[in-house]
Amino acid sequence: MAGLTSAAGTDPNAAPVGTGPTPKRRNTELLLLGFAVLLTMAAQCIVDLTLTDALRPELATFGIWFSALWLVAHLVVRRFAPYADPLLLPCIAMLSGLGLVMIHRLDIAGNTLGRNNSGEDAPVQLLWATVGLALFIAVLVVVRDHRVLARFAYTLALVGLVLLAIPAVLPNSEINGAKLWIRVAGFSIQPGEFAKICLIVFFAAYLVDKRDVLALASRRVAGLELPRGRDLGPVLLAWVASILVLVFERDLGSSLLLFGIFVVMLYVATERASWLVIGLLLFSGGAYVAYQAFSHVRVRVDTWLDPFAYADTGGYQMVQSLFSLGTGGLFGAGLGGGRPDQVPVAKSDFIAAAIGEELGLFGLVALIVLYLVLVERGLRTSLVVRDGFGKLLAAGLAFALAWQVFVVLGGVTGLLPLTGLTTPFVAYGGSSLVANFGLIALLVRISDAARRPSAPPAAPVAKLTEAPTEVVGP
Amino acid sequence: MNAPLRKVAIAVLVLFTLLIVNVNVIQVVRADGLRDNERNTRRISDQYNRERGAIVVAGNEIASSVPSAPDDPLRYTRTYAQGPLYAPVTGYQSILGTAEGLEEAEDAVLNGDDDRLFGRRVADLFTGRDPSGGNVELTLDPAVQQAAMEGLDGVTGAVVALDPATGAVLALASTPTYDPNRLSVHDPDAVRAYDSEITPEEGSGAVDPRSNQATDERNHPGSIFKVVVSAAALAGGDYTPDTVIAAPRDYVLPGTTTDLQNFGNEACDPSGQQRLIDALTISCNTAFAQLGIDLGEDRVREMAAAFGIDDETLDMPLEVAGSTLGTFEGDAQLGQSSIGQSSVQLTPMQAAMIASAVANDGSLMKPFLVDSIQAPDLSVIDQTDPEEMSQPVSAEVAEQLTTMMRSVVDNGTGRRARIDGVQVAGKTGTAETGTDAPDHNWFIGFAPADDPTIAVAVFVKNGGGTGGDTSAPIARAVLEARLGQGN
Repeated sequence: MAGLTSAAGTDPNAAPVGTGPTPKRRNTELLLLGFAVLLTMAAQCIVDLTLTDALRPELATFGIWFSALWLVAHLVVRRFAPYADPLLLPCIAMLSGLGLVMIHRLDIAGNTLGRNNSGEDAPVQLLWATVGLALFIAVLVVVRDHRVLARFAYTLALVGLVLLAIPAVLPNSEINGAKLWIRVAGFSIQPGEFAKICLIVFFAAYLVDKRDVLALASRRVAGLELPRGRDLGPVLLAWVASILVLVFERDLGSSLLLFGIFVVMLYVATERASWLVIGLLLFSGGAYVAYQAFSHVRVRVDTWLDPFAYADTGGYQMVQSLFSLGTGGLFGAGLGGGRPDQVPVAKSDFIAAAIGEELGLFGLVALIVLYLVLVERGLRTSLVVRDGFGKLLAAGLAFALAWQVFVVLGGVTGLLPLTGLTTPFVAYGGSSLVANFGLIALLVRISDAARRPSAPPAAPVAKLTEAPTEVVGP
Repeated sequence: MNAPLRKVAIAVLVLFTLLIVNVNVIQVVRADGLRDNERNTRRISDQYNRERGAIVVAGNEIASSVPSAPDDPLRYTRTYAQGPLYAPVTGYQSILGTAEGLEEAEDAVLNGDDDRLFGRRVADLFTGRDPSGGNVELTLDPAVQQAAMEGLDGVTGAVVALDPATGAVLALASTPTYDPNRLSVHDPDAVRAYDSEITPEEGSGAVDPRSNQATDERNHPGSIFKVVVSAAALAGGDYTPDTVIAAPRDYVLPGTTTDLQNFGNEACDPSGQQRLIDALTISCNTAFAQLGIDLGEDRVREMAAAFGIDDETLDMPLEVAGSTLGTFEGDAQLGQSSIGQSSVQLTPMQAAMIASAVANDGSLMKPFLVDSIQAPDLSVIDQTDPEEMSQPVSAEVAEQLTTMMRSVVDNGTGRRARIDGVQVAGKTGTAETGTDAPDHNWFIGFAPADDPTIAVAVFVKNGGGTGGDTSAPIARAVLEARLGQGN
């Protein structure tokens, strides 16, 4: 698409060639949102009927609240981003609905068995979704044009790095061996989730600025366009930051996530595949050293290679996850019919296993495809949007989502070593949910810009349609 | 920037395809293995949360599920009334996922998954009734089982008793026994402790009580196999019980220098020959080795196969290991096999089947242990019909064999199986083990000889005595337990 590439200049008002007035498709969005809410409510009813033989009165409260949430989101988009991609909101509505159903289902299992009486986590998660919506609205209302963000790139970079560093510095931040959390007023917050978005905005602004230098000044070695030594600075910095996260916060997932996002954004910005090769080499080196140097990395890798050999120790979670998925089989045990509560931390890290057990292969593949739709819509936004910063930002956000889903689902299903990342929108956890609402708000904002017809509207067309109908006399 | 963007979009598609393929592998290809993995506690907790069906003998539940203590997360506990007595039949089911015996063989019925219970499962779904498994009613006769286990007290061995007319298993005993209750408790550590307590040390020569001597273990039958050789001779029409055959003091096996001798190195008859019936009565080795060689491999092998010795496992529904003649390399081995040595290996179940066929006018009924399958409300949903497996010999030949086997008990090596006022037919066996270990002691027989209601096989592993001394008295007690009931 040479035409589109050349059109992606700096003029945001340049019209896409050969397209008529873009339909807003807001009603499609509303319809799909209704469908997602309906599916969620049906699933909630099935869970309650299967596990408690009764429908709770709280179900009505939940239904109203949950519907209101998405109605408000829809109205805000209608008002502040009327041309936004109509699939983004329904996708996250379905994902978070499914998550709430599974968390509620695991709440009941925990309470009836009286074991890890964890109380009611689903209402808390719904509350977090509401907070997430507030952030969503705030972003759409405040950020009327995504290009404004580029101005705050270095501020956001600083904020991102501080957020990333806080847990490593603060005491008492360790949960399950990883230092990812800060505790504020009784809540555990994972600042890394917000740091991710701040850093993506910074990367996008920085790379758009420097992409010519990073792309053009190069030497040809062994068929690859290699950058000059001094231009390696940024990628090395990102790499060092990832390693630091790994060392001080013992967080394999965030480390892998951040580095992967940066390398891919670098590649998109410069169109130089050599950055991917360099990134891969740096990653391999880092991974090898980490494996040799850190026992917690070694344990993760060993249990990944043969979970059954460590079934009673480090591989316990993995083995239970595999049992959960295997028992679910093709069609699943049905909502409330399985025993996903046997998998440790099923509500957060292993919620995909719970979905696989009760909704089966079909349910789990549907979940993956839902993410795929969300990500590809994001990448499409990136393709269509006209300004370089928006393009890179949308690409970074969409890829971040894709990469995170791949790493976490790959971990739960044994394709990759386990990491501490959360399943976006589905897993229990406030920080992740709120941060991802923010991420989608940015994508909605950019997609609005991407699909908005150029102003002023093409005059001749408008005039023709407004012309009075000619009455032909008899 | 759009060209790399498109590549990224494709890369994302590839990554997600990898995820989907991997999930397919786990949830389809590996699903069964993961579901049935012994570490997968789902299977177990599912099983223990519904009432498993009972195993019933003569109206009494010998294995049943009873509600657990209130603080037990598993709702039902499996208990075995008279556990050690019926352990060779019931087997056990443990929370470690292991099971044996009928608990394993009839698992589908007991846990309610069997197709024959399908209609009921659907009904449970609509009526909201807690699903429960079906019951398995056995053919066992408690008195006969009791006599069999008591007879084997203190030795390693097995007793199988059959109703010759139907093939119904009346007793299935194996020693040493164990207490399945101690393997069905819900404390995994207690189960493991008992498991290692009854698991013999490697090389100690001790026997794991969970290996079923009656159905799993095959041993040299010794002289009880002479009944099969006699049947082969009589069935051809060229022999009668009164046919005089060679019975020398020593017999050098053809093509070898191996000198085959009789028990105690005695002459069978001073004349060096005797009638077939007398050769069986005193269990003359030289006579039967030579007889087998004279008949030839084909006739011996065909008759053995007709009695069920055909290397095939038998499902009754406990699996019975296939008994075998092995392969014969020449007449020397055929001669040794004809007296139940060399490569001949029988299970005690197979030995009982030989006696049963002779007792039932030459018709071998297929052994069965499960009389009926019942729904939880005790309505019968499947009943086993007796089924003829084969007809190894005619009624006339069976009659001749009965006469010869009566002679064994009346005048020969089987004297200790005699019962006052009842005609008992039988044959003893004392099998060399081929090692320094003591001989195995066998007895097969049936009673009353003219109208048999029970056929029995007794096997004492490494008993050291003779079949007549060690096993015949056990057989007598087992036969009496059946006859005493006026059957």
